[in-house]
Order: sequence, then C-alpha cells, then structure tokens
Amino acid sequence: MADELLTAEHLVKRFDDNTVLDDVSLSVKKGEVIVVVGPSGCGKSTLLRCLNALEPIQGGKITLDGEAVVYGSKNLAAIRQKIGMVFQSYDLFPHLSVLDNILLAPVKAQKRKKDEAAAEAMKLLERVGLADKAKSFPRQLSGGQKQRVAIVRALCMHPVMMLFDEVTAALDPEMVREVLDVMLNLAKQGMTMIIVTHEMQFAKAIADRVVFLENGEIIEDTDPNTFFEHPQTERAKQFLNIFSFERSKKDEKN
Amino acid sequence: MPDLGLDVLFKGKNMLRLLGGLWTAVEISLIAVALSIPLGILLGIIMTSKNPIVKAVTRIYLEFVRIMPQLVLLFIVFFGSTGALGWNISGELASVIVFTAWGTAEMGDLVRGALISIPKHQYESAAALSLTSAQTYIYVIIPQTVRRLIPLSINLITRMIKTTSLILMIGVVEVLKVAQQIIEANRMTSPNAAFGVYLAVLLIYFILCWPISLLARRLEKKWG
Repeated sequence: MADELLTAEHLVKRFDDNTVLDDVSLSVKKGEVIVVVGPSGCGKSTLLRCLNALEPIQGGKITLDGEAVVYGSKNLAAIRQKIGMVFQSYDLFPHLSVLDNILLAPVKAQKRKKDEAAAEAMKLLERVGLADKAKSFPRQLSGGQKQRVAIVRALCMHPVMMLFDEVTAALDPEMVREVLDVMLNLAKQGMTMIIVTHEMQFAKAIADRVVFLENGEIIEDTDPNTFFEHPQTERAKQFLNIFSFERSKKDEKN
Repeated sequence: MPDLGLDVLFKGKNMLRLLGGLWTAVEISLIAVALSIPLGILLGIIMTSKNPIVKAVTRIYLEFVRIMPQLVLLFIVFFGSTGALGWNISGELASVIVFTAWGTAEMGDLVRGALISIPKHQYESAAALSLTSAQTYIYVIIPQTVRRLIPLSINLITRMIKTTSLILMIGVVEVLKVAQQIIEANRMTSPNAAFGVYLAVLLIYFILCWPISLLARRLEKKWG
C-alpha cells in the first residue's frame, strides 16, 4: 500500500435523495494514469470533484499522500495544492492575463517569489507552445489554448497529481488534439493522473487502468486492453458499442 | 428673428445664479451617491443571502423604493415627517434621505446582479487552485464584480443628478427653481425668456451628464 498516492474508500455522494456515488472505492498509485469512462450522468465528474473536496461526501474516506481530504477542513488549501484540476468549462480568470492567471495561486497561496514563479510559468507555457500568449487575455485565446493555459496554471503549483474533468468536451474537434497531446506528454513524464473523458481512442492510448462507472458504481476496473477488447460485463459492452457504431457502418459499405 | 430671451441669461448675475442652483443639485446628488454606494454594496451582499426572510425583506424594500415615484417619496419624507412626526426637516435633508434610499436600492440591485453573474466555476477553479475563500474574493470575484459594476453605477449617478430636478417641488432652490425665478423676474422686460432660460438649463444638464455617461460607455467597452 506504500506506493498508493490517493485512495478513496467506500465513497457515497448524494444530492438530496439522488445517490450519485454508491460505495465507490478507487486507489491510484504514483505515476499511474487512470481513465474514468461511463455514460453521462454516471457520476464521473462528481467523483473527481469529491476527490479534492469541491463536493461534500455523505460517506467514505479520501486519503492523499497519507492525509485525509475532508470537505471544509482547515488544511484543505494545503492539500489542494497537491492536486491540480482542470475543468470542462473554460475556467481561466477573465480579468487577468495568461501569465497572471498562472501566477495568482503560486504567489498568493504558496507565497512564492513572483520572478521565480514567472520564470517557471514561461517555461511551462513554452512547453505547450503558448509562450507568445503570456500577455494575452483569456478572451483572445481559442478554446484549446485556454485549456492548455489551464493545465499550465495547475502544473505551476507543482501538484503530485492531476485531475482532468472532460477537458476536451467543449472543444471543436480540431482543438481536441492539441490539448490531448499536452496530457500525453504529461503521462510520459510520469505524472499521476485521473482523467474523465469521452475520447475512447485517447483513453486507450493514455490509460494504465480504465475505470468504468455506471449509476454511481464502478462496474469494471481493469487495464485498457481488457476493457476495450474484452469487456467483462454486458453493460460495458453496450457502452462501447455506442462508440463503434459508426465504424461498423463503414465496414458494411466496403 | 424671434426673441428667444437668451439675453436674460447675461443680465446681472443670472448665469452665476443658475450655476449656483446647479451646485445645490450636484451637492445633494453627490452626498446621496457617496452614501448610496457603500450602503448599496452592503445591501447587495445581503441580498445574495440564502435566508428567505432576509431575501423577502430586502426585495420588498427594493420594489417599494423603485416603484414609488421619487416625487411621492419626496412628499412623504418632507411633508409626512412634519405632519406625522412633528419633525421639521429641511428640503435639502429630505432630498438627501430620499435619494440615498433610492440610490441604495438601485445600487444594491446592481451589486446583487454583478455578484450572481460571476459563474460558479470561477469560485471552484479558485478553490481547486488552493486559494482560500478570502483570497478568492479579493483576487478573483471582487475585481470582476467591480468591472461589471462601475459602468452601471456611473449611469445611476447620472440618473440621480437628473432626478434632482424634482426637489424644487419641496422648496429646494436648485437649478430649475432658479430658472423659474429668473423667468418670473424678467416677465415684463423679456416675456419670451422661458425658452432661452430653460434651454440653458437643458444644456447645463447635458454638459454635466454627457461626459459621465461617455465615461461609463468607455469603461463598459474596456472591461466588457
């Protein structure tokens, strides 16, 4: 158990009478990339949001690096510094330039020197090909560029792991790739990640493990090959069929 | 060329008297604005409360002050306070009270609107970046709120300045009242003075409010 970075045990999340997560347990090892898939409304996003305590949970326990993650607790800010999160909606701060967006948390929350953090931010921006946009404002960027900046903003905090909540779902198809490439590079560098996505090809390429969630329960938790080629459950098969429909139609024509 | 009565403006100290009346109006609106802004910000924050009683009370206040014509409010405060409570307050004080009550309501609604227009994910992404809730307000929410608010509140200021033209009805000698006095005083020598003098009043209001509303539009464009 020593190399487990994050564990969630028996999570229960309810919105009023609606149980969104029902006894979900998940553990993530250092350097592992976990992709969470499932039909919309199955609780994927809620799971991520519970993991860094953006949502209160009604049962279970979350531990990051040996510390309990508790909604509303005093050391929550310190714990959240270790978890970078990128959302589906463009969540950059519209009144700040790209560079100031990135620097806000390192300077204000981590009390780092502005020069040092700015130098790192520029290096990270360079890596995602956006160094020339440092002075731009979010409204001047495309959706894909905004998401890359959001990733850099999270990385600049030196998180030990990253959560990605459908970061490409709101993007035009041609912009999806540029964001996914950044994430693939992160995986190569050994970043621990939990990714919620609908991009199945990408999931196959990046995942060490695939978690299939339906109706708030983990139905399958296995390696990507097994999941995509030989899903164990009927429900996972049905889910994957949704994505292969178009391909089989093409096959018929040939 | 018809006699427009413009000459009356340049007789004696008439122009200075008009400007003096204008100052009375501006003074009352400035005091009311200076009080309305902090009170309105407070009210706006209170209005975003989830408590249903707080919500209802502030809502009723807002609707009452906004729906009532300002003139009626002025009459209630000026004549009503004397009749019902036996207070003898000056027209200026009554005006400041009414305009502050009205400005606070309008400002409160603007602040409430600006606060709730900040999307939820702004709070969440700040939290996910480990900013505390105080830091989130100081660096993320308030700067965005102020940017939305300033153009709107500048417009409110011009509305308040314009509406001070009503306070002559409770005996405050402001610019419109001075204009009437000038016209009356010159009835025999320049029977047509009304046009020229009121034209001057119109221009004075315009010269005062136009730059303010230009500024508002400019800020709106810059921050919009």
